[in-house]
Amino acid sequence: MSSETNPGETLDKLPLDSWHRARGGRMVPFAGYEMPVQYEGIIAEHLWTRENAGLFDVSHMGQLFVHGRGVDAALEKLMPGDFQAAADMKPKYSLLLEEDGGIVDDLMATRRGEDFYIVVNGATKHGDIDLMQRLLPDEVVIDHMKEQALLALQGPRAAEVLETIIPGVSELGFMQGGPFHWHGRSLWISRSGYTGEDGFEISVPAIGAAELADAITANELAKPIGLGARDSLRLEAGLPLYGHDLDTRTTPVMADLVFAINKRRRLDGGFPGAMRILAEMENGPAEKRVGFDIDGRQPVREGALVLDGEGNEVGKITSGGFSPSLQRPIAMGYVATPLAEPGTALKLEQRGKLFDARVAAMPFVPHRYYRKGASA
Amino acid sequence: MSLYFTKEHEWVRVDGDTATVGISDHAQEQLGDIVFAEVPETGKRLTKGQEAAVVESVKAASDVYSPVSGEVVDGNSKVADDPSIVNSDPEGEGWFFKLKLDNPSELDGLMDENAYREWVKTL
Repeated sequence: MSSETNPGETLDKLPLDSWHRARGGRMVPFAGYEMPVQYEGIIAEHLWTRENAGLFDVSHMGQLFVHGRGVDAALEKLMPGDFQAAADMKPKYSLLLEEDGGIVDDLMATRRGEDFYIVVNGATKHGDIDLMQRLLPDEVVIDHMKEQALLALQGPRAAEVLETIIPGVSELGFMQGGPFHWHGRSLWISRSGYTGEDGFEISVPAIGAAELADAITANELAKPIGLGARDSLRLEAGLPLYGHDLDTRTTPVMADLVFAINKRRRLDGGFPGAMRILAEMENGPAEKRVGFDIDGRQPVREGALVLDGEGNEVGKITSGGFSPSLQRPIAMGYVATPLAEPGTALKLEQRGKLFDARVAAMPFVPHRYYRKGASA
Repeated sequence: MSLYFTKEHEWVRVDGDTATVGISDHAQEQLGDIVFAEVPETGKRLTKGQEAAVVESVKAASDVYSPVSGEVVDGNSKVADDPSIVNSDPEGEGWFFKLKLDNPSELDGLMDENAYREWVKTL
């Protein structure tokens, strides 16, 4: 039997490193850190999160505090979001872009008064900080909040679990954040996540992270969940993963992320790659990110080719795997725009084998985000 | 009946000139939840070291190599239908295929059970 081996590299440890090991976490290299890929098993953890509450350690991600005079207008030079009109404490999805409109990273940015709290991907955070420092004016300062851990509690019972520890969090609406206090420590909590479920992301001082993780998992509805289930959950939710489904060769239009470009920015432009991006919005991109339903049971993974009926290469798979919720393989990838309509029959080629597939609407599993006032 | 293991974590159980092949408990543990298994068809000729079967977990795809040469006399349709058997009973019901041994002396280079279990502890 063959298996992948990991090349030797220097890896950082998460603030919760020993906490994960003590709970049976199997540590693997990811984004420059040793991170838990699973505890009891990916499928069990995945299904637990869909039914109860899963605790994820995402402290590898970069937490940035960006402040200084004119910070909102300055950020608009790097990203297509509306930072000037951004409402207080409302996380917004945005994209760092290259001059040609290629995606450098995807991120969440939240206005906190005059300042912005930005969470970027772990594997790209150092490059992001360099880019932002190079391009932002001197009066705008980026603090990399290395002393903060980041936890995510996700799932339909997440609010119930967290409310018992930190009263008031269940008052937050979806995509709303706020400051909280717990055991003498300041927390920043937003109702957001990367699983398609209701849930929270909690920025906590690293020295208090284990105590908070213990308090959460003391509730039998909450279990620690590894990176493996994080990946299968976000794939079912149709959410792209940077470095796989997004990179500098993809634009927001190709990636089907135009919701991140609001009306004013569409009219005014002024973000990197605006000419190309606005032209793609007008005329359609050459290729588009879509989902795939695949016949049979075998997973089709990143790197597989997408072929049309005549065997021509018309795209590629950027994420793929077995869906624990649907009990069948699903995938995400790019395909030439004329073939991107849901239902289009295509072939996928992996290791010389052909698979029948159809373009699928995403998400594969419906989102169940919290709606204020809606009954559960 | 005797049991052998490879450094690639396959096991071979030999009964007369028939060898049953699967992956070890250590291998299934490392792979995690197994969601797909493909076994060779009866009649297929395999040479020692050749890719013989496929096993995929949620995270990764792996090949299962034939530890010995011979002709496949049976592929386990049960693991193809329910791959989780490879997790629950890797060295029993979760076997992949049986073959008729070409050359029993090929077994000489394999580890016996004690040697394998000791070696796995060092990984």
